[in-house]
Formats: sequence, structure tokens, C-alpha cells
Amino acid sequence: MKRLNPSLIAGGVIVAVIVLMALVSFVWTPYDATLVSPASRLLEPSWSHWFGTDKFGRDILSQIMVGSRTTLFVGVVAVGVAAVIGVPLGILAAMVRRWPSEVIMRANDLLLAFPALLLAIMFGAVFGASTLTAMIAIGIASVPSFARVIRSGALQVMRTEYVLAARAAGRQPFPIALRHVLPNVTSLITVQASVSFAIAVLAEAALSFLGYGTPPPTPSWGRMLQESQEFLFSAPRLAIFPGIAIAIAVLGFNLLGDGLRDRFDPKLEDRR
Amino acid sequence: MPDIHDPEAPTAIRVVDLVRDYPRPRTSLLQPAPVVRALRGVSLEVKQGERFGIVGESGCGKSTLLRLIAALDRATSGHVIVEDTDITRLPECRLRSLRENLQLVFQDPMSSLDPRMRVRDIIAEPLVVQGHPASGQRVRELLEAVGLSADAGDRYPHQFSGGQRQRISIARALAPRPRILIADEPVSALDVSVRAQVLNLISDLVDELNLTLVFVSHDLSVVKHVCDRVAVMNAGQIVETGYTGDVYAAPQHPYTQRLVSAIPTLQRALSGATTADLLAKGESA
Repeated sequence: MKRLNPSLIAGGVIVAVIVLMALVSFVWTPYDATLVSPASRLLEPSWSHWFGTDKFGRDILSQIMVGSRTTLFVGVVAVGVAAVIGVPLGILAAMVRRWPSEVIMRANDLLLAFPALLLAIMFGAVFGASTLTAMIAIGIASVPSFARVIRSGALQVMRTEYVLAARAAGRQPFPIALRHVLPNVTSLITVQASVSFAIAVLAEAALSFLGYGTPPPTPSWGRMLQESQEFLFSAPRLAIFPGIAIAIAVLGFNLLGDGLRDRFDPKLEDRR
Repeated sequence: MPDIHDPEAPTAIRVVDLVRDYPRPRTSLLQPAPVVRALRGVSLEVKQGERFGIVGESGCGKSTLLRLIAALDRATSGHVIVEDTDITRLPECRLRSLRENLQLVFQDPMSSLDPRMRVRDIIAEPLVVQGHPASGQRVRELLEAVGLSADAGDRYPHQFSGGQRQRISIARALAPRPRILIADEPVSALDVSVRAQVLNLISDLVDELNLTLVFVSHDLSVVKHVCDRVAVMNAGQIVETGYTGDVYAAPQHPYTQRLVSAIPTLQRALSGATTADLLAKGESA
């Protein structure tokens, strides 16, 4: 058993806390996160409202807790879309002949050159702003990085002698992809997924800030930031708490990705 | 020593004027892409039941030749005929009988077994692919035949040493009951201490199962130990073919003479010869 590395532990703990927070928010939050109460507008942090309240009197802690659901939903959808399209594309590009592979990878480069946020804003304009459209757009924008990473891993696997042995035994390309290539690139998929997760969280925050993400009243960390704009000087905590939440979440998923990479990378054989 | 084989025996593998060029990426817009000429017209014939060795230094085209014989790569020109079937341009779907009759053992025991599969599944793979019943019984038989315990099937390749992995590789190759076994430097990645064991295992199995063996190595002494006949390759061509004993005793081609003179012997070591002497002698020969 290999020693756990610090980034894997730190990342794992942060991600676990966010997941726990989202789960707890389904059964309990200090206040109803969407409850507007004009009497308690813009309260300072106190024992009754740990993080204070916003301009509608909603409890910030409750909003952050419920907002973590949006964050996780966003990550899962975006990474899901990216992996479901990107992984087969990457494996395909590694296994086909030279020029079809070139076509796939150049199309990939084209998409890579297209700004993810712009794509999401376009999707929002065409299909209506919602968390789901934004996330599908972010997912599509993350396809190229998946395809690239998986292709390079798959190319390495295709060069191994066990793939030659499988071919010599008469295995067809599709079963080789399924039985040999896919299992041997799962570590790459995991690493790429956690990194893409962090990017998706940040993108959702940016889109909600611009008004193309999660529509009100569903709590979202990005929209909390946007709503805090007018109070940036009078009540900076409105921006600070969701800002910290976003930063910690992104850091957590990045650390997890780094940790997983270190754990998987050095030598495949040392893994188990 | 293996006995010299009957020259009247039917041919197992016939290679005729085989050429394989690998195109390299273009270096200029105006000139055609340069090519690497891996094989430049190789011809050879392996009789059924023969143990045929191919020797030559790294990069001389040995592995390319093997891949073409196993239909894992496409020839630029020339023919490969295995058991009376010209396989050179057959589509994959018509290679079924080749896939059953010809199996390979690879050089690197680290990369020739899928790290994510249990040994049991690795050995059963050719059986499953070719639609044979892949019974646990057959896998146990094969493990036993290569000198591994039956419970080895439940473990993963990384839990074995290099020599043991090569045994697993051999078991996998023998699973579909092939008639031809191709071994690509099967012992060169192993510790000297286990080389002899693996060589003897291959040798015994080839006798027992009456296989045709094509054995590739860069090491002349290994080939001498295993093979009846040997072909010497240099720069994509076969420079000399003959019975192993003859080639050793009286090498004809200058390249073979150099190879033979480079085999370390006790006498030479005692007389204080160094690598420089070997090179000088090889060149003058």
C-alpha cells in the first residue's frame, strides 16, 4: 500500500465536506434558504445568523449550504457530458488510422480554441439561461481536454505488447478498446474529471455572476456574488463568504486531481 | 543439442522478398517524406517442427519481420505464406485460422500482460476470443504446464517476478493449441539466473507439443542453445542462413563473423581480451 500524499488527503477532505454539506442541506438548514424576511435585512454575523443575512433578509449560511448542491450538480453534469463524449473520442482518435485521427484532433483543437464562457453564453441566449444549459455548454467546452488526455493515454496502451497479444489472439478493435484500453486509462479519466470539476464550478460561478447561470430563487454561490455587488463597500461579507466557498471548492477539486495524479502516475504496477 | 531437422518436411512459414517501409513525417514541403526501410527484401523458409532462430542487433528489423509474419502489420511488398495461406493482404476477418495456429511470446514481461486483468483472464483471453470453452480446468492445466501453481490465476501480473510473468505469457500463447510459436526476445529482459529456466521451458514445450518455433534474439549464445537453423539479419536483410552449428563454426558473412567473435568466452577472458580487441578483430575479419 502506497503512502497517501498530502494533496490527496486535503482535497479528499474538502470535497467530502462539500458533499456532506450538500447532503445535510436536504434535511436541515439553519433557516429556509429562500425565505425573504425584510425585518432581518443585511444583518451582521451573529449567533443567530452565523454569516449574517443578505439584502432580502435571507440567511447566508443556509444559502451557501443549499448552493453547494448547485455546485455539485454543475460539476457532475459538466464532467459527465465531457467524459461521455471526450473519452470515446480520445480512444477512437488513438485507435484509428492517421488521417481520421487527424480530423478528430483538429476538430478538437477548434473547440479548444473557442472560449468556454462564450459558448455557455451562446447556449444561454439560444436555449434560455438555466443551470443545465450552462453546464451542458461547459461540459461540451471541456470535451477537448478530455479527448486529448485520453488519446495520449490510449496511444500508450495501444503500443503495449498486451494489446499486440490481444490482436494476435484475434480480438477485434472494439473489444480491445473496451477490455484493454478503457480499464488502463481510468486513472487518467479520474484525474481529468476532478480537474474539470473545478473548472466547471468556477465557470458556473462566473456565468451566474453574469446572469446566464442559475436563475433565482435557487441559491447559487455565483449569483450570491452578483447580488453582493451593490454592497461591496457597505457589507463586503456578502461577497466574502460565497467567494471563500467557491475558492475552497475549486481548491479542493484541484488538490484532489493533483493527489490522484501523483498516486496513479509514477508506476501503474505499484497501484494495488 | 536439438537434432537436425528433416529437410523434406512441409513448410510452415515461407517469406518471399518481404519489404516494409515506414514513412516518416515530412521534413520539407518540396521533397517527398523520407522513409525508414525496416525490411529490404527478406526471404526465408521455416519447416514444420523446426526451431528457427533469427539473430541480429537492435533495429535490424527482427521485430518488424515477426509482426508481418503474425499479420499484426502490413507489408509494403512481398509475401508471407503461413501453412499454405498467403496472409499478406488478407483482411482481419479472414485471419481466424492464423490467429489460432500462430501465437507469440513477447520480449517485455512488464508490458505484455494487461496490468488490470487477472492472470486467469489473461490466459483465457485467446480461448474466449476464438470461441473455445475457456474452462477453469484448461487454465489450470496451462498454468501447471508452465510451472506455476493453480492459484496463480487469481492474482494480478504485478504480483509476479519477470520470469514468472514470462511463464504466464507462454501459457497464454499455448492456450489456443497453436502449431507455430513465435518468441520475440523472450529472455532478454530477464535476469541471467532465470533465463536458462525459461529457455528450457520453451524448449521442452516445443518438443512436447510438437511446435514450430521461430525464436528471435540479439544474443547468439541463446539462439545456439535453442535453435536448429539460424538466419542472421543486418540492416533489414538476411545476410546468412544455415544450420546453427555451421554458422557458428564457419561464419561466411563479415557481419556474422563479427557477431560470432563478440561472444564472450572463458578463454578469451583469460587471455585478457577487451572490448576494443573484439571490435578490432571483428573489423579486420
